[in-house]
Amino acid sequence: MIFMEKLYGKQLEVMAYRARLLALDAVHTASSGHIGGSLSVIDALTTLYFNEMNVDPADSKNPDRDRFVLSKGHTTPALYSVLALRGFFPMEDLKLFRSIKGHYSGHPDMRHVNGVDMSTGSLGQGISAAVGMALAGKTAKKDYRVYAICGDGEIAEGQVWEAAMSAAKYGLDNLCAMVDVNGLQIDGATKDVMPSEPLDKKFEAFNWNVIKVDGHDYDALVKALEAARACKGKPTMILLHTLKGKGVSFMEGVYGWHGKAPNDEQYEQAKAEVEAHLAELEGK
Amino acid sequence: MAGKISTRAAYGEALCELAEQYPELVVFDADLANATMTKGFAAKYPDRFFDMGIAECNMTGVAAGMATCGFKPFTNTFAVFASGRAWEQVRNSIAYPGLNVKIVGSHGGLSVGEDGATHQSAEDLALMRAVPNMKVVCPCDGNEMKLAVKALLDYEGPAYLRLGRSAVETVTDEIDGYKFELDKGITLADGKDVTVIATGMMVQLALKAREIMASEGVSVRVIDMHTIKPLDEALVIKAAKETGCIVTSEEHNIIGGLGGAVAECLSENCPTPLVRHGVNDEFGRSGTAAAVLEYYKLTAEGLCEKIREALAKK
Repeated sequence: MIFMEKLYGKQLEVMAYRARLLALDAVHTASSGHIGGSLSVIDALTTLYFNEMNVDPADSKNPDRDRFVLSKGHTTPALYSVLALRGFFPMEDLKLFRSIKGHYSGHPDMRHVNGVDMSTGSLGQGISAAVGMALAGKTAKKDYRVYAICGDGEIAEGQVWEAAMSAAKYGLDNLCAMVDVNGLQIDGATKDVMPSEPLDKKFEAFNWNVIKVDGHDYDALVKALEAARACKGKPTMILLHTLKGKGVSFMEGVYGWHGKAPNDEQYEQAKAEVEAHLAELEGK
Repeated sequence: MAGKISTRAAYGEALCELAEQYPELVVFDADLANATMTKGFAAKYPDRFFDMGIAECNMTGVAAGMATCGFKPFTNTFAVFASGRAWEQVRNSIAYPGLNVKIVGSHGGLSVGEDGATHQSAEDLALMRAVPNMKVVCPCDGNEMKLAVKALLDYEGPAYLRLGRSAVETVTDEIDGYKFELDKGITLADGKDVTVIATGMMVQLALKAREIMASEGVSVRVIDMHTIKPLDEALVIKAAKETGCIVTSEEHNIIGGLGGAVAECLSENCPTPLVRHGVNDEFGRSGTAAAVLEYYKLTAEGLCEKIREALAKK
């Protein structure tokens, strides 16, 4: 596989904000898509693809590669943007997001989008597929790692807990799952729709190694992923404490932005905010 | 072979017999290994057997993930749970991405017997047939089951395989010219007045019904339709044209399974009198397998009644 120089700290932040611009553009162009949860999870995704994971866009089916499953499959604006930046497909393809003219479906499609390891979208199912990939790694005696990200609304699905039990049964220390704990879902606050806390105690009780981290702190994310790799004999759950809509002032912490596209005026404002932050980061 | 063996027992033997030849074969179960007959494989190949507990949805998804890594997973539980409880996992995690997982539903039909309606399955063929990319296979006896398992290991893609609980007579090994090929129905016995298209254990009953009808001077053709999807339409149309009426027979609701598939094929291609023999859109009940089959007229005599009905429609 081609060696990619790992990004850290501010370099990751620059990349994540470039991805935010692409995600906003994709959702605005499509006039639909899930921007709120994309902006909360995009820093973790950027850290995975630009620091942690052993993947090669030119050899994307290599059997020894690390795998990633976006169990909260609706946040394709974030995943596709990060995959495009990482070189899995041309940036222009993002114009085809949710379009009949292409195959960049609303939810990840492994058959058509280079770099997507599992088709997901129906909540609760991706985490099981990730368990299967990790079990395959153990069975085939390969040392690749498997990553998966769930939403905090998603974990109301019983299948997530079935998957959690099975990952612990088989001691899948090659599996690192995460929950994007942004506290909001379609109908409102997660604590009102279906309270999920205390997530740390729940996953600990399911015999997982649990790490809590600020999901927008790149150094902390890198450290957490390192700690997950060091943990032997059980799967790791990283609880990402995040802000839904992070990086766009009027979207932050507003559940209404779960699955809504910005209009032209809102798009321009969002873009200006993200560009201003990028300029600041790049010292312009 | 001859003699009697359930298709689930033959399936369990096939897994063990084919395990060395297919090192990518891995087997999943949901706490029913004694009933689904995967216990033999589990004992012989413990590193390739995964008991996922009573959690069919996760089992289905884990198998999908394993298939993305080049394994050939077979998932096992009762037909009602494999096709019903985990239907949406089958649809979204296996069929939509076209992953190479074989979903095996044991205890298909009403011949489950004593456990009753909750554990009998008269809807699985319809549920699986409605899913794009999905092949649906229901062998009639132990010989055919073993051939089907081998063929499905060679086939790359999603498929549903239905097994039966009760011991059934092995008939296909003694029929001249019998050749198993996925997607191709087999004419087991020729006839000119009516064709019975049967699947699963109803195939043996169709052969018995053929004898009964012969004594009434009626010549019955019997087709073993082990693959319900894709349906061997050419064979169905040929039989319709040559015998002028059709009876379908299945241990399944007459809606959506073999009867539904044949009705769709005939009405689009060559409208022909058709009678569907099966479960009449109702739930099963407890009883010995024989008593339950008798109660729902899933017998050779029950089939003969349907054959007479079809002849009267000609």
